[in-house]
Amino acid sequence: MNVRAWLALLGAIAVALAAVGEARRLAARGSRGRRFFRHATASGGLFVLAFFTTVAVAAPLVAPYPPSSMPEIVALRDAPPSLAHPLGTDLYSRDVWSRLVYGARVSLGIGALAMLVALTVGAAAGAVAGYARRWVDPVLMRLVDVGLSIPRIFVLLMAVALWERLPVSALVLVIGLTGWFGTSRLVRAEVLSLREREFVAAARALGARPARIILRHVLPNVAAPLIVSAALGIGSVMLLEASLSFLGIGVPSPVPSWGNMIADGKDQLATAPWTSLFPGLAIAVVVMALTAVGDALRDALDPGRETA
Amino acid sequence: MTAWLVRRVAAAIAIVWAVVTVTFVLVHVAPGTPFLPPAETPVDPAVLERLRSQFGLDRPLSEQYVRYLREIARGNLGESFALHRPVADALAEALPNTLTLAGAALCIEFVLGLALGVYQAARARRFGDVALGNATLFLYSVPTFWLGLLLLVVFGQWLRWFPVGGVVDVVTHESLPWAGRVADRLWHLALPAGTLGLVGAAATARFERAAMLEVLGQDYVRTARAKGLPERRVVLGHALRNALLPFVTLFGLAFPFLLTGAVLVETVFAWPGMGRLAAEAIFRRDYPVVTAAAMLASGMVVLGSLLADLLYAAADPRIRTSAA
Amino acid sequence: MTEPLLRVRDLKTYFVTERGGGTARAVDGVSFDVHPGETLGIVGESGCGKTVTSLSILRLIPEPPGHILSGSLIEFEGRNLLTLRPPELRAIRGNEVAMIFQEPMTSLNPVFTVGDQIAEAAIVHQRLPRKRARARAIEMLRLVGIPDPEERVDHYPHQLSGGMSQRVMIAMALVCHPKLLIADEPTTALDVTIQAQILELLDRLQAELGMAVLLITHDLGIVAGTSDRVVVMYAGQVVETAATPELFAHPLHPYTEGLMAAVPRIDTRVSQVRGRLHTIPGQVPAASAWPAGCRFHPRCPYAWDRCTVEEPPLLDAGRGEPGSHAVRCWLLTEPRRRTRQA
Repeated sequence: MNVRAWLALLGAIAVALAAVGEARRLAARGSRGRRFFRHATASGGLFVLAFFTTVAVAAPLVAPYPPSSMPEIVALRDAPPSLAHPLGTDLYSRDVWSRLVYGARVSLGIGALAMLVALTVGAAAGAVAGYARRWVDPVLMRLVDVGLSIPRIFVLLMAVALWERLPVSALVLVIGLTGWFGTSRLVRAEVLSLREREFVAAARALGARPARIILRHVLPNVAAPLIVSAALGIGSVMLLEASLSFLGIGVPSPVPSWGNMIADGKDQLATAPWTSLFPGLAIAVVVMALTAVGDALRDALDPGRETA
Repeated sequence: MTAWLVRRVAAAIAIVWAVVTVTFVLVHVAPGTPFLPPAETPVDPAVLERLRSQFGLDRPLSEQYVRYLREIARGNLGESFALHRPVADALAEALPNTLTLAGAALCIEFVLGLALGVYQAARARRFGDVALGNATLFLYSVPTFWLGLLLLVVFGQWLRWFPVGGVVDVVTHESLPWAGRVADRLWHLALPAGTLGLVGAAATARFERAAMLEVLGQDYVRTARAKGLPERRVVLGHALRNALLPFVTLFGLAFPFLLTGAVLVETVFAWPGMGRLAAEAIFRRDYPVVTAAAMLASGMVVLGSLLADLLYAAADPRIRTSAA
Repeated sequence: MTEPLLRVRDLKTYFVTERGGGTARAVDGVSFDVHPGETLGIVGESGCGKTVTSLSILRLIPEPPGHILSGSLIEFEGRNLLTLRPPELRAIRGNEVAMIFQEPMTSLNPVFTVGDQIAEAAIVHQRLPRKRARARAIEMLRLVGIPDPEERVDHYPHQLSGGMSQRVMIAMALVCHPKLLIADEPTTALDVTIQAQILELLDRLQAELGMAVLLITHDLGIVAGTSDRVVVMYAGQVVETAATPELFAHPLHPYTEGLMAAVPRIDTRVSQVRGRLHTIPGQVPAASAWPAGCRFHPRCPYAWDRCTVEEPPLLDAGRGEPGSHAVRCWLLTEPRRRTRQA
């Protein structure tokens, strides 16, 4: 590992620390912000997320080697951590740290994008169901019932395995499209309670169109629970991606994702534990951070409920 | 109450039917075909064609669908393409293993999770709560199969306390006495059920802690203290009884979690259960097994949530008395 | 006079507020006595520390954030409740000192029948067997005037109205025949007609059972009809205490005056009420920031410079027996100032 990579790592830490500091400074102004940081783990969680995001964005700078280069497939195979390879190498002599860095792009990216898809579809479906009611509502909600009644991994297995070699973008879409059911229920429930409230009735009385009422009046009011469920949802998508990769149908192999790194290393776990250990830890740490931030967000946005 | 139950059961059947339909369409419209030979052994296209017609795959999809539903209604789940045996037999062999695994995991999850959650809530913000809170957060955030792999390596390969896979010791099992066989099974069950149970327990503990904290702040808990009840009775009698109500809904959620976990954990520990059967069937495009497994899985999920609702109604006097 | 049943001396209950917010001195040096068989009323607006006082007596303050300072004394029949070990304290709670609360609906546990909840204290304290405890519960339900007690005993709280719930709470509190009943705003959450019934019931039971009652309320009208003596609280302190007739005849603290003026009277004409129903300007300050000097001075019509810097002690009004009427007000030393604005 060269000087540039070490400096870039320090730089990423500095950027993350600065981001957390700035966030704390901004948060101190409002009661919500103060409630957020009252959680002991909120700062740590934010730091982890900022760090891995920085690392993912600046991957070419931070990673000492290209993620898929196999310099010495025999001599450097499953080498333990050393100065040159701080997290060791895998069975193709690839640098684990470099793959972890590039894998952050894939894993965080899939998590965030799939969650975005799920959130958009879920919010739209929930809003329409809650607002339109009549026949649209029961149809959509029965669809949600069906969606929630089959373990998500089954659907994904079928969709992904049967279509073989799905591009990553399609994987994101499929994960997103199997994850919106819970969100839509949440939004629908909020819409149902909001639509009877005065300000929505007033807007309707003034002749506002349903689409406008939903966008301007209802969605802002469901934003809080949506943000919280998004934070928690990204974590579950990352876990799901890892599971799919472990089963051999996630992100195809030369591209590193934290999930397929674990899968690649699983057979050497007893002899070269670093190959699977570190990507697993990375997932655990990021999901913990997301959960901590999600809990703190829930407390900050919805003080009525105490969680952690 | 009866009317409600009838409606719920009808809805449950409708959901399972919908899942079967979706699965059926998905597997049939997907590219690729079953009976795909390994690349190196060429197969006469005529043989493939004969196989296809033998299983009726050359028929229009709608006809296949109607026939499939009719067979299901008769209780016939069809013949597996790959295993050369009835699907029902394969499932009947795999299901007990999955039920054992899921049942054991469920016990660990609920007993351990409940105990931890209640303990943490009673000691909220003190050292024990914070330490356990971090531990459960970690377990909650870990990929299930990764935890399974770690446990497998540490306890199976390094320490050699537990076997690394399978349901029983294939060599010695048959020769063991009755008690030895049970012990052998439990010994093999420990790691997979432990993996699944620990992850579930972490989620349950986090949920139950929050539920207990909310209940402990209620007026009636203060009333119980004002009566001079011992703290144990306040927490375990008055508070827990109320915090068990939301807990019951977890029961419904546990099934999807356990089935998902089962797919992964069964793969890690070479556990011949439903999850592994289904995963392998999907890779082999063994349509009848895939659809049957999906039906069974969704059936279990729907049954779980139905049970959860019934339990909830039974546990909450506000519902019980108004429905009676 | 007899030995007091309950002696509260210099009670201080503070709360640690959220990070950096400092300490809320909710109850700040309160003293009073309750004698056997009498009714003592504690009045004041919400935020004055009445409820915290009542909860402190049985140590029902959630800790943290709250804590009772070590110089405080709460003596029940000669025993300091604040130094009792938990089992000794539990033997008093619900047995010798019982309590009813403001919100009867939420104070009953929704998952147990009312019978179970009433019987529980008898089972724990008097080791009654289940069957006898149930019979006792039915008897208690009858005592508090609930019709069909044999049937009601198996009902759940959600099947009861607010007034019924409070009757059940009373039955629960009295099942061990306590010597002292603490009633914290027992009628606030109820309809006016139900209020009167509950107060009447408390009155009757007090006479029948010979217990003392500590009645916490914001309503001077309730105190007038039920209490033997009154303690007026403001900002965590006792500002005036006197026998009820004396207090109503000669209210001395400006806060007491204000409270009385705020009570609508049945004998005032509507025309008078409209313009002249009096309210005390402003509101109770936050417990983390009591004003310096006399804590009432920002709202007091008579306040002068001394009030803003020097906190008055409880002064003997010099009426009747020494100490029977005490007031925390500098007006007592300069009575001429009262006429200025009044």
